[in-house]
Amino acid sequence: MNESNGGLEAALRRRYERLAGRYRSTRNSRAVAAFCASPLNLAGLVIVATVTIAAVLGPIVAPYDPASQDLANRLQGPSLAHPFGTDQLGRDVLSRLLHGARLSLGIAVAVTAIRLVLGTTIGLVAGYAGGWVDEFLMRLVDVQLAFPGLILALVIAGILGPSLRNVMIALAVVGWASYARIVRGSVLSTKERDFVRAAQLMGVSRFRIAIRHLLPNVASPVIVLATLNMGTVILGTAGLSFIGLGAQPPTPEWGTMLSAGRYHLRDAWWIANVPGVAIMLTVLGFNLLGDGLRDVLDPKHDTAIEKTA
Amino acid sequence: MYNYLVSRLATSVVVLFGVSVVTYGLVFLTPGDPARTILTQQLERQPSQAEVDAFRAEQGFDDPIPVQYVDWLADALRGDLGTSYYTDTAVTTLVRDALPLTLELAAASMVVALALAIPTGVLSAVHRGTSVDYASQLGALIGVSMPNFWLGYLLIMVFALTLGVLPVAGAGSFSQLVLPAITLGTGMAAVVTRLVRTSMLEVLDEEYVDMARSKGLRERIVVYKHALRNALIPVVTIVGLQFGSLLNGAVVVEIVFQRPGLGMLLVDAVFDRNYPVVQGIALFTGVVFVATNLLVDVTYRYLDPRVTLGGETP
Repeated sequence: MNESNGGLEAALRRRYERLAGRYRSTRNSRAVAAFCASPLNLAGLVIVATVTIAAVLGPIVAPYDPASQDLANRLQGPSLAHPFGTDQLGRDVLSRLLHGARLSLGIAVAVTAIRLVLGTTIGLVAGYAGGWVDEFLMRLVDVQLAFPGLILALVIAGILGPSLRNVMIALAVVGWASYARIVRGSVLSTKERDFVRAAQLMGVSRFRIAIRHLLPNVASPVIVLATLNMGTVILGTAGLSFIGLGAQPPTPEWGTMLSAGRYHLRDAWWIANVPGVAIMLTVLGFNLLGDGLRDVLDPKHDTAIEKTA
Repeated sequence: MYNYLVSRLATSVVVLFGVSVVTYGLVFLTPGDPARTILTQQLERQPSQAEVDAFRAEQGFDDPIPVQYVDWLADALRGDLGTSYYTDTAVTTLVRDALPLTLELAAASMVVALALAIPTGVLSAVHRGTSVDYASQLGALIGVSMPNFWLGYLLIMVFALTLGVLPVAGAGSFSQLVLPAITLGTGMAAVVTRLVRTSMLEVLDEEYVDMARSKGLRERIVVYKHALRNALIPVVTIVGLQFGSLLNGAVVVEIVFQRPGLGMLLVDAVFDRNYPVVQGIALFTGVVFVATNLLVDVTYRYLDPRVTLGGETP
């Protein structure tokens, strides 16, 4: 009796898991199909993949040392030896661009990760704890959003002193509030649902409920926001470096390269414009990818454009 | 509505308090002793201990930090933001002198943005799902993806250096405003295009538009006379009140075109460690932002009573 029951149960369980697996895989394959349906999404994916490969392999495949000067070959236009020309110190622009890809992408990933972890934690605590904790944390969010982001980042980075590390700190500190807001909103609606109630009744700890039940529900909007954020952070880093607060010469950071090229707009247009195009394409890639992911994962939310507003 | 106003105002006051704490606290991010760092920057050499002590006493750095903050806040509430370390000019005077150039740039950029965005957004909505729509959406995305300092240099290259029709930099004349306004306006245009498109799509679904069509009016008249007018109401509200966010972009654009506005004043002050000026501008932009958000919320609430914002800024 017991044995046959056990057999039945096992059979049911197997059947259930097969169905659930099939459901998951159809859902996933539908999402993939929907994503691939738009050429813009695919373009975003291709751009992001290309930049990632450049960041990983760039320093290995770069034809020259990004810092080695060759004063005899200053300001050379694009040629076979130097596809993107040379800069004011005779350095190979392509090699600097490739090294810069690792820097730009690395910074963007690090800053976005800090924003995400900080904002998600704050949002989770605020939404789940409620009461005065929520009230206090949300006022913190309001205060952060009360400053124009780039201006606050500029001031923080400036006071800490010009360096790439300080720019990263500044950008991370000014960008977590949107994550906190999204996560809190989602937690507020999820925590009233039956499966969370059931877990509470069963005596599951608050920490475990937060991690196992509340967090997975915010994954989609947070992934979308993080993707769009990559573009914003790349722009922010480049902007602060351009002002002179970020990477210091001779670091091959894209914003710094562009900034140095401004004195040669007339005689060597490529110095400023090659990194300019690189920044634009990279940011465009993340924006396209983010918009595409949002359409598939999280249809209710804003687009890249509204996010940057 | 009255209750809402009161609670929304109360929240704003709390946020403003937070803004002032952050603004004042920024100085203490200075590595090492702020007084010594500031003085080293000012004198361009290592200050003697006596000089540091005198400076600390003069600037009130010897008081406990909360006392310093309260003093600073009390002065700020009376409209006294201190004086520049270098020129002894009042910070309020510096801000007042620089502000018109920034406002001029922001207003001109807004004009550029609307001029670009309204036709594009309308075309996009009317030809929804066609190649025209995709092209304009891609254009808008490229617009937000472009670093505005690069766009500024591209424009300088083409219009100032190659064609020689506009000046490279400076401020004061109309011709010197054109390139900065286009630079800053393009990024804004991308945002507004999306707004116009969404708003137009909603309006085109309304019954009075069908009504206008069924009366046999030409499509052109339906779109431009009936739909566009109504679609623009929310757009203009949002855009007009997003003025504050233009300050972000204005900083970089002012550096590119060497316009001595608020952004340039801020960047110079940051590099000089001229903290009263930095704090003054940070506080000023914070207050403008909070006021703008308050105005947006209240206006939304007024225009559309269904909106419940629960004391939050959108």
